[in-house]
Amino acid sequence: MGAKAYLSFEQVGMSFRRGTHASEVLRDVDLRIGEGEYVSIIGHSGCGKSTLLNIVGGLLKSTTGEVFLEGQVVDAPGPDRAIVFQNHSLLPWLTVYGNVRIAVDKVFGGTKSSKERHDWVMHKLELVQMAQHKDKRPHEVSGGMKQRVGIARALAMQPKVLLMDEPFGALDALTRAHLQDSVMDIHAKLGNTVMMITHDVDEAVLLSDRIVMMTNGPSATIGEVLAVDLPRPRRRLELATDPEYTGCRAAVMAFLYSRHKLPSRAA
Amino acid sequence: MPVVQALKPAAEAGPPIAAAEADVVALPLKRPSLAERCGPVFSAASARVVPPLIVLALLLVVWELLCAQAGSRLPPPSKVLTDTWDFIVDPFYDNGGIDKGAFWHIARSLSRVAVGFALAAVVGIALGVLVGQSTWAMRGLDPIFQVLRTIPPLAWLPLSLAGFRDAQPSAIFVIFITSIWPVIINTSVGVRQIPQDYRNVAAVIRLSWYEFFWKITLPATVPYIFTGLRIGVGLSWLAIVAAEMLIGGVGIGFFIWDAWNSSRISDIIVALTYIGLVGFLLDRLIAALGHVVSRGTSAS
Ligand SMILES: Nc1ncnc2c1ncn2[C@@H]1O[C@H](COP(=O)(O)OP(=O)(O)O)[C@@H](O)[C@H]1O
Ligand SMILES: [Mg+2]
Repeated sequence: MGAKAYLSFEQVGMSFRRGTHASEVLRDVDLRIGEGEYVSIIGHSGCGKSTLLNIVGGLLKSTTGEVFLEGQVVDAPGPDRAIVFQNHSLLPWLTVYGNVRIAVDKVFGGTKSSKERHDWVMHKLELVQMAQHKDKRPHEVSGGMKQRVGIARALAMQPKVLLMDEPFGALDALTRAHLQDSVMDIHAKLGNTVMMITHDVDEAVLLSDRIVMMTNGPSATIGEVLAVDLPRPRRRLELATDPEYTGCRAAVMAFLYSRHKLPSRAA
Repeated sequence: MPVVQALKPAAEAGPPIAAAEADVVALPLKRPSLAERCGPVFSAASARVVPPLIVLALLLVVWELLCAQAGSRLPPPSKVLTDTWDFIVDPFYDNGGIDKGAFWHIARSLSRVAVGFALAAVVGIALGVLVGQSTWAMRGLDPIFQVLRTIPPLAWLPLSLAGFRDAQPSAIFVIFITSIWPVIINTSVGVRQIPQDYRNVAAVIRLSWYEFFWKITLPATVPYIFTGLRIGVGLSWLAIVAAEMLIGGVGIGFFIWDAWNSSRISDIIVALTYIGLVGFLLDRLIAALGHVVSRGTSAS
């Protein structure tokens, strides 16, 4: 993708300090993501994917380098970089509606009337097919539904970048497939810039414009970047035998399971 | 972490109704009648109510037998009832001074508890939230709270009288100082237990400190707060009765002391019963309030 940099990582590094001992998790991460692009970050568990996402989200401050969004340095959390958390992170005392509304009230409290905010919330809930469950509390809906609400809440902030940390990781295969299709639909409709973390090769190939493969930690960095040249809309059934699809899949598998099988500094 | 957690916010175990339901379900083919459909509900209620009533009756019989002989120092229940019948049937009389019906004494004691306990709740929750914000405040203050909370209520009374030079505020202060510790301790523990996830969500939507307090801290901490309040209200009811014995005036505590001085043992026994029942109701009231306020909070 030749898109100009919308979100860019410049020499991002991260070390965690425990007492006098510092452990370097990320080193020299350089990446440019274009507007409207869907980028997946894939890598073995513990390599530092969540750390990278949290740096973009502003929840963590990188120890070296910077992240820029539209040329601005990212240094605090904010609704322009909404996060879909792996464990949904809904507030259990609020309803489905309330969980989205709290974000909308905060983000659009000054610019939209109460009625507009209500419509906005309902529109996002419809987008993830949760409108009919709006009055339920999180513990009354399934795991997949909770994740849908998490996505609705993030979308409702109208973020410049949608950050998703293994959003489907805790779901069964069928629910996951449903949600992946929903996310593809939404991406087609809204054209968000998305950065998604995953450890699922098929998911990465199916959803992404580009797949960023990370080496193993400690001191993980970007090993390879693979462009997925598949036309959209993509349908999982037709793709199963598509040579581009199988080729991408094989490339990611080869990276993960042969070249970066063992924890070693690489590439 | 040291928590005063004699009472858990968790739901109470339900009555054993499974057996009763099984009986009804086993009826073949016939549409169950109203009585049959209500059966399980009634038997559930009676399973709760009947055993305590039986035990109570047995205890009364034993008591009657033990104290019925002439020369017994304590009156048997039958004598308590005849002695105090007027007092029991007319709780609203008022002959001026401290010669009032049970209602007025209890109401006065409750009003003191209400003021002292309300202060303790507000100040305790506020302090608990502050202490819970910081690991250092927690480390520094927790041992002090743990020591202070073991001081018996009455031990505060002389100090309190010295400070206020007046019985009424002293009694309220004793309530306050007795019931505030479990509120502070439980609230601060609750604040520390707020999951990082909620903090992350709040950070992304940029809640201010004030919004975070009302929209995240309080709802997330409510079950802990009510655990503290429930322990606190029990302690304050214990404390007020003791404090009133010393400060005098209208109040169920001094009523007992006065009855003792005039050897009205039967009155004491009736007053004790009332105190127990009111204490029980207070506990249930806070528990029910907590249940309503925190519905859905604990389940995630
Ligand atoms: N707050 C932290 N303090 C210390 N070490 C951390 C912290 N967060 C993550 N790490 C370490 O950083 C590494 C990468 O973690 P993470 O980004 O969660 O990996 P991933 O999401 O790829 O599974 C892990 O070894 C983890 O132990
Ligand atoms: Mg992770």
